[in-house]
Amino acid sequence: MAIEVRVPTILRTYTGGEKAVSAQGGTLAQLIDDVEASNPGVKERLVDESGLRRFINVYVNDEDVRFTGGLETAVADGDTVVILPAVAGG
Amino acid sequence: MRYDSLLDAVGGTPLVGLPKMSPSPDVRLWAKLEDRNPTGSVKDRVALAMVANAEKEGRLRPGCTILEPTSGNTGISLAMVAKLRGYRLVCVLPENTSEERRQLLRMWGAEIVSSPAAGGSNQAVRVAKRIAAEHPDWVMLYQYGNPANADSHRDTTGPELLADLPEITHVVAGLGTTGTLMGLGRFFREHKPDVRIVAAEPRYGELVYGLRNLDEGFVPELYDDSLIDSRFSVGPRDAVRRVRELLDAEGIFAGISTGAILHAALAQAARAVEAKVRADIAFVVADGGWKYLSTGAYEGTIDEAEQRLEGHLWA
Repeated sequence: MAIEVRVPTILRTYTGGEKAVSAQGGTLAQLIDDVEASNPGVKERLVDESGLRRFINVYVNDEDVRFTGGLETAVADGDTVVILPAVAGG
Repeated sequence: MRYDSLLDAVGGTPLVGLPKMSPSPDVRLWAKLEDRNPTGSVKDRVALAMVANAEKEGRLRPGCTILEPTSGNTGISLAMVAKLRGYRLVCVLPENTSEERRQLLRMWGAEIVSSPAAGGSNQAVRVAKRIAAEHPDWVMLYQYGNPANADSHRDTTGPELLADLPEITHVVAGLGTTGTLMGLGRFFREHKPDVRIVAAEPRYGELVYGLRNLDEGFVPELYDDSLIDSRFSVGPRDAVRRVRELLDAEGIFAGISTGAILHAALAQAARAVEAKVRADIAFVVADGGWKYLSTGAYEGTIDEAEQRLEGHLWA
């Protein structure tokens, strides 16, 4: 088992066009490091010194990680992680 | 109930229980029927408040042109208010919004400028800002950054909910401009701080997220994440499934975004059941389903409905 990470169109240049990649880790930060190891460059687009970039939203099993511990949010095998750019509604 | 005019009839909507979908007598769901507003959506509160506030500040004078980026409901509400108060309205609307919304806007007298489907409302905001620069005499009320948007919910929706449901434990609403949740958050943080404020955000098809660059992402100026407690992303499949359940079980015919909101509300209900705690969860029915019939969301299998919504701005 592994954790599925869904990648938005705009970041697929780093994943060879793949919509989703498989990765491992106990926290979101570790998971992103694992994704970076096989898809170099992607991490820099997701995080900066202060944490997740402003226009990036990450959801673990549909819940926004900014309300569950940010990069320290726990992840486990079988979880689905979705990365999306922030868009307007209304 | 009697009102002097249609504008006086905005708000004061019913809160109805969901006896079939509530998991137990201790964990109850309540629907705030915002489709009962004059143009059929929660945005009547926002449009009325933004116009009234701009009039009070002297920014809007009779004969003015109002400009607004909107994927539909805010535009329809503004069109009604603008007509009754004597303003011209120009709406910037993404081209992947339902035909009903366009017809309704034209019916109430709004002029429509289309923005590209790719990028969704982000593009509409960008186009509207460009047009505003070309027409300095036009007034952009700008729902994404106008405090009157959130204030309308702090001052009306919030107090209505607390008066009708003093035992309220959760409020769940959709996250678009963020105005509904910012206003409800401010109200409850002040008057009943243990109420959990939960956001349900629609997750669209890939086309909508088709930005060229991550720096083109958009977070509404109104958004303050300290005013909400959790935020869920809900895709079209869950939204359609829930909106149909709401109709089947409770007879409530709601718009697709309400399905997403109900999905998040049911998740809160399930957590309360699991934790064996009492919960009274109010959620906002943002609008009725009428405007979305042409999307095919209410017919055929869930698979078909999900497919048909691909690329649509369904909330």
